Amino acid sequence: MSEPILKISDLKVNYGGIEAVKGISFDVPEGEIVTLIGSNGAGKSSTLRTIAGLVKPAGGTISLQGEDITGKDPTAIVTKGVTLVPEGRRIFPDMTVLENLKIGAYLRKDDLTDDLNWVFELFPRLKERSWQAGGTLSGGEQQMLAVGRALMSRPRVLMMDEPSLGLAPLVVRDIFGIIQEINKQGVTILLIEQNANMALKIADIGYVLETGRITLTGTGSELLANDAVKEAYLGA
Amino acid sequence: MRKKTKIICSVIGLLAIAGIIIYAGEALPTSSMFRTVLQLGVIYALIAVSMNLCNGFTGLFSLGQAGFMTLGAYTYAILTIPVSARPGVYYLYGVADWLANLQLPIPVALLVAGLVGALFAAIIGAPVLKLKSDYLAIATLGFAEVVRIVTASSPLNRVTNGSMGLTKIPGFSSYYGIFIVAIVCIVIIILLLNSSYGRAFKAIRDDEVAAEAMGINLSKHKQISFIISSFFAAIGGALMAMYLGAVSATTFTIAVTYFILLIVVIGGMGSVTGSIISAFLVIACREWWLRFLDQPMMIGTFTVPLLKTGFRMVVFSVILMIVVLFFRTGIMGDKEFSWDAIANFFRNLFHRKKATPAKGGADDE
Repeated sequence: MSEPILKISDLKVNYGGIEAVKGISFDVPEGEIVTLIGSNGAGKSSTLRTIAGLVKPAGGTISLQGEDITGKDPTAIVTKGVTLVPEGRRIFPDMTVLENLKIGAYLRKDDLTDDLNWVFELFPRLKERSWQAGGTLSGGEQQMLAVGRALMSRPRVLMMDEPSLGLAPLVVRDIFGIIQEINKQGVTILLIEQNANMALKIADIGYVLETGRITLTGTGSELLANDAVKEAYLGA
Repeated sequence: MRKKTKIICSVIGLLAIAGIIIYAGEALPTSSMFRTVLQLGVIYALIAVSMNLCNGFTGLFSLGQAGFMTLGAYTYAILTIPVSARPGVYYLYGVADWLANLQLPIPVALLVAGLVGALFAAIIGAPVLKLKSDYLAIATLGFAEVVRIVTASSPLNRVTNGSMGLTKIPGFSSYYGIFIVAIVCIVIIILLLNSSYGRAFKAIRDDEVAAEAMGINLSKHKQISFIISSFFAAIGGALMAMYLGAVSATTFTIAVTYFILLIVVIGGMGSVTGSIISAFLVIACREWWLRFLDQPMMIGTFTVPLLKTGFRMVVFSVILMIVVLFFRTGIMGDKEFSWDAIANFFRNLFHRKKATPAKGGADDE
């Protein structure tokens, strides 16, 4: 296993007095796909939002390649190469596809041509529709746009919050194929999913989160074979 | 439409607008209503565009416009009233010693007026912009009222002339001065909106969470938008002072803010061209086209009922209500003026005319 690019230790997150995350620690090794699975309210989204800087942690540390980034603002964290694809896609509906992508690169001042070409290569559909308003795309295309937009910040770690939410099974398979492709090109992926089956199939490492604590750890295939996981998340 | 045709159309359009302004300036008497509407319209267009920058493009529902206009108008007035005229203007309270011999050139005073507006926006922006929607509106409305009352308060008598207001405010010697300043300001706002900052503002308006996740610093960008909007609102206020020649604490009441908000809503939240078009239309209606409603009218021996002084504003209000109820997106929605849209409009118009008989009159479009 390679050096962890992200190291989370004893992370605690509170929402108005409610402890959503109760001190979790996990590593995200560079170049791998890591997934956090768990049911609603397990604290998955809170964890990602805290790493992205959208929520301030109540305790613990987050470090990126040895550098402490705990409690930094999202601007600093995106600049350092950690970008979140938020839950529910949240593309900008009134802006064109191209404008959406440019917003993703907002903090960069250099030339965007290469990255635009890269994103259009990954998602040819977006190139065809680059002048269309984001809101007119289908659900799957919007998810692609959300991923493409995040990639425009040239992240080292791409965090995805439920990319399969509300999408048809075939589209989900496409999206997961693209996630693997992005990973092969050197981007570390931290994925959270309710669709545990899909997520564990592509993940190198999986963590099971239950009511704010990590209860199980293993490789993707280990967790897929685990009886407790099967019963709780795979419905088998 | 091809690019070349579009450029030709734009050039012709701009020349036509310039032609109208020059015609009004050269050929029409100063008492002409058309002249007044153009001049007042361009000032309101600037203020409406500045409000749209904050409210329509960044999604900050601020109602402080009148406050910033007051700041701009008073700053401009205080700095430009001719030294020789000061004893006359301040005859009741006398003029503050540091002011007595202070007089700046008009362009410098305009810039200072804008900067004073921007300064106050920066001061109140930090706490106020943390509020959302209605709360932000209430806070900024309160700010505008505080500014208005403070300017008229007695401790400032020797600076603002208290409740007496200021008169003998000089303007540009040329009719075109106000147009040049307002148009330059509007062009600057348009350039800003088309830059990456403009894109970030729209992103914040559309989805704060997503914008933040993309690394856009929310408080910084809201602050920038608010300060720039206030800067131009203050310049707009200064132009208004120049146009009126006099300001007092009652010149820019809350009603003025609502009036500008109406212009913005009628034009379309998030459309610069919409704000400009609607500024001219609304001013023309209020000042000119609806004037006949204020005159009593006789048809033979029959006096048409209702037509008397003040009825104009009733009709005006009804028109506004109809617009807000049935045309909520305004004239332009959040689209900008484009020749393509015009071409499409005419194409559809002719297309439909041809298609209608074939369908047997049924219009199910």
